[in-house]
Amino acid sequence: MNELVRRSLTEHRAALDRREYSSVELTHAYLNEIERREPIVGAFLTLNTEKAIQAAAQADARFAKGEGRGMLDGIPYALKDNFCTRGLRTTCASKMLADFMPPYDASVVTRLSDAGAILLGKVNMDEFAMGSTTETSALGVTRNPVNPDYVPGGSSGGSAAAVAALEVPFALGSDTGGSVRQPAAFCGVLGMKPTYGVISRYGMIALASSLDCVGLLTRTSDDCGAVLSCLVGRDEKDATSVMHPNSQFFKNERISERPLRVAVVRELLEDDEISPDIRCATVRAIEVLRERGAELGEVSLPSPEAALAAYCVISAAEAASNLARYDGIRYGRTTDGADDLFSLYAKSRSEGFGVEVKRRILFGTYMMTEDKRDLYYDRAREARGRIGERMHQILRQYDLILTPTTPTAAFKRGSALTPTQRRRADLCAVYASLAGLPALSVPFGRNTDGLPLAVQLVGAPYSEGLLLETAKCLEEVCQ
Amino acid sequence: MKLSDFEAVIGLEVHVELKTATKIFCSCPTDFGAEPNTRCCPICMGLPGAMPTLNRRAVELAVMAGLALHGTVLPLCRTDRKQYFYPDLPKAYQISQAGVPICRNGYLTIATPDGDRDIGITRIHIEEDAAKLIHADGRTLVDYNRSGVPLIEIVSEPQLRSGKEAADYLRNLRSILVSCGITDGKMQEGSLRCDVNVSVRPLGSAKLGVRTEIKNLNSFAFTEKAIEYEVRRQCELICRGEAVRMETRRYDAASGKTVLMRTKERAEDYRFMTEPDLPPIFLSEEEIETLGNALPELPEARAARLSKTYGLPEGDARILCEDALLADYFESAADVCAYPRLAANLLLSELLRYCESEPFSSPVSARRLSVLAELMGEGTVNSSTAKKLLLRLCEGDFDPRETVEREGLAQILDTELLTRAIMETLAENPRAVADYKNGKTAAMRSLQGRVMARTAGRAEPVLTEHLLKQILEEYEVEPHV
Repeated sequence: MNELVRRSLTEHRAALDRREYSSVELTHAYLNEIERREPIVGAFLTLNTEKAIQAAAQADARFAKGEGRGMLDGIPYALKDNFCTRGLRTTCASKMLADFMPPYDASVVTRLSDAGAILLGKVNMDEFAMGSTTETSALGVTRNPVNPDYVPGGSSGGSAAAVAALEVPFALGSDTGGSVRQPAAFCGVLGMKPTYGVISRYGMIALASSLDCVGLLTRTSDDCGAVLSCLVGRDEKDATSVMHPNSQFFKNERISERPLRVAVVRELLEDDEISPDIRCATVRAIEVLRERGAELGEVSLPSPEAALAAYCVISAAEAASNLARYDGIRYGRTTDGADDLFSLYAKSRSEGFGVEVKRRILFGTYMMTEDKRDLYYDRAREARGRIGERMHQILRQYDLILTPTTPTAAFKRGSALTPTQRRRADLCAVYASLAGLPALSVPFGRNTDGLPLAVQLVGAPYSEGLLLETAKCLEEVCQ
Repeated sequence: MKLSDFEAVIGLEVHVELKTATKIFCSCPTDFGAEPNTRCCPICMGLPGAMPTLNRRAVELAVMAGLALHGTVLPLCRTDRKQYFYPDLPKAYQISQAGVPICRNGYLTIATPDGDRDIGITRIHIEEDAAKLIHADGRTLVDYNRSGVPLIEIVSEPQLRSGKEAADYLRNLRSILVSCGITDGKMQEGSLRCDVNVSVRPLGSAKLGVRTEIKNLNSFAFTEKAIEYEVRRQCELICRGEAVRMETRRYDAASGKTVLMRTKERAEDYRFMTEPDLPPIFLSEEEIETLGNALPELPEARAARLSKTYGLPEGDARILCEDALLADYFESAADVCAYPRLAANLLLSELLRYCESEPFSSPVSARRLSVLAELMGEGTVNSSTAKKLLLRLCEGDFDPRETVEREGLAQILDTELLTRAIMETLAENPRAVADYKNGKTAAMRSLQGRVMARTAGRAEPVLTEHLLKQILEEYEVEPHV
């Protein structure tokens, strides 16, 4: 193993700038590490080796001329396979799109390539981002690099595993209800879901549009800030995207001199679902912040049951709508054996989608039918409104909310969990998703089995800088 | 019961293509007639990950339509997904407005034999057009050029009572929207097409009958005929004791009948969902006002003004104003003419036949038309000469006043000359004279025509008629030997 791959993005930047090694050398180092680790980790679905090396050579040429493009120039990364990449297979880990070759790049891909970042490949995920273990992928198995008997979490399991396995310094994922934060927690890396709308979703294949966020996975908070700085900004191709009031998250300075006010959520500490090791880590994180002068307070949120139910209904209803376009007509899988239009639809979809995707499409369609929507969809939207209001109310009194990221550490692969049990992994994560708030999962120690533990910081809209700065305090303790 | 014991209840849903350069949710051009699938992109093809962004011009045009139709524009509205599977719908949902539309509560005035009537407009909303399916050689092909072309749907109250009224409503609607630049109104290209809801009920009944929907009518005539047929069909069903079924029908132009497309046992469930990829649409009072100020004079107001300013009969003024270009042409002639009413007559009864109708353009300049009206008005030429000159002007331009002089086309007002012509005519047509004397007044017309012919159409008609009558009274038929 080349020790180089251990370094953080920020360290690579400094080294590249010093000409200690070239981007080509760096890219090779990671490609070699991918080759070495993949048989066990299984994060990648598609590699972009040749083009990556070309791009790295171009970056080196720029450095030689003193025309470097900044923080991410020449730095390798991985993309969850639900971001469209022009001419590079984009599958959503589904048979439905197993051969889909997008004719365009997602806006974040354009931004990263304009910044000089080097795409090493596309990584595994739960099919269409539906799941929390990456086990619903139709195209491959991904294992937790910390312990391959365990799942990497999901749906951005490939992204988290690749970063944790030192296969890339950073990766992008997507977070709809915890899909970046939960795998980050399971694999022991940093996972950020920013404020809804601050990063363009254009070209990120939609799961639930009103919840979907581009998410970041890195090994340090500085790295997260560097990538975030490159990605935020209004994109005219995404009508829901917004301008972030800050543009630099790299050097985070305290926003005010007064002590940090941190809210702890009673329900997410005392709930029976929260395992003792997670509770213990959370309490320790609270102590660390208190020692650093933070003022802590206890708050109450609407029940996790209600939040999870609202999330399930809304995300399924939107997913059913977003996934209706996979009809076998224009692209993606088409059945061989259709006699008429209806059977073309039914068979293409039956053959192309996996069990979890079908379950959610059926569920989401049912929730939206004329005689059921007021009972489910409309109520879920009301609940969402109430949860959002409450979160915002808390964040007027506190700078941030501290909770566990997940109720438990990673679970074993192939555990016979019901879909409902698997979804409970999102218990703590869905609040921030429903409210559109920024949230950061910070690795915080390990349990007695050696599995990573993590806490989640949730802040007011656009408070990513504060979250990263707070994460840094916690990081320092862990080192 | 007979047909006349029933009343038809008719409502129209008109789809109007908006005159924007680009599509409603992407920047593909909207031009008609391009090679299939050359006007599309990931967005209007519904590719994974593609997202819509709203073309604000489409919203503006919809607001203008709302204001032109006297509606209330809402300060805040949203877009919704109307979800169903069909190959012409690449996302498997159409982005439309189910809940809150751009505009509510408008009306449109139509003329009926019982006077003008305002037909209520329930709502106007924006939506995207679907792709076009082409069925050929046992296959179905999809052309996505039309997918995402901006439309407004204008839904009327069920206040129309006949095919004629529906066609008049459409005609007026088209005229307003075209004159405001909201649509090009080209019906043969599908820029304006309508679905019709029809039911019948016994006269005087307040209860609505079961309705059928006739889809996708793209001409005034088809709309009128389809409705007339459908009303008759429903009445006959009821008279035979059968029930009208809720169903969707289409009009078959060849047979002049409506035919069944599909039955609707239950209303389709479109599972409407607020479009999460688009923010709400805000319209400030200032913006609405600015758009209202940008509206040109509406056809109805213009007709009233033309009628008043130029002394035109209301009906003529309305016909002129159905097409803004025609009205513009008339006004430029009338403004330099002392006899605008005559100019209108010449235009409507003669010239219009020789004009390109789409878009209106005249082979004769407005200036020439005004001169012809003047020659007529001041009595230099009679109407038949004026019409002949107009026809000649259609073939090539010349100065009418000079030609009249040069060719001696001025009408004959000289009593002596006219009397001579009449006497000669009577002498040559003893049978007609005898008929007249025997009480056949029609013979008078024929004799008058012959006098006209004898003077190469130059005899002044009123004077000629007067003289002819006078002479005939005293005229003695010479007995044949």
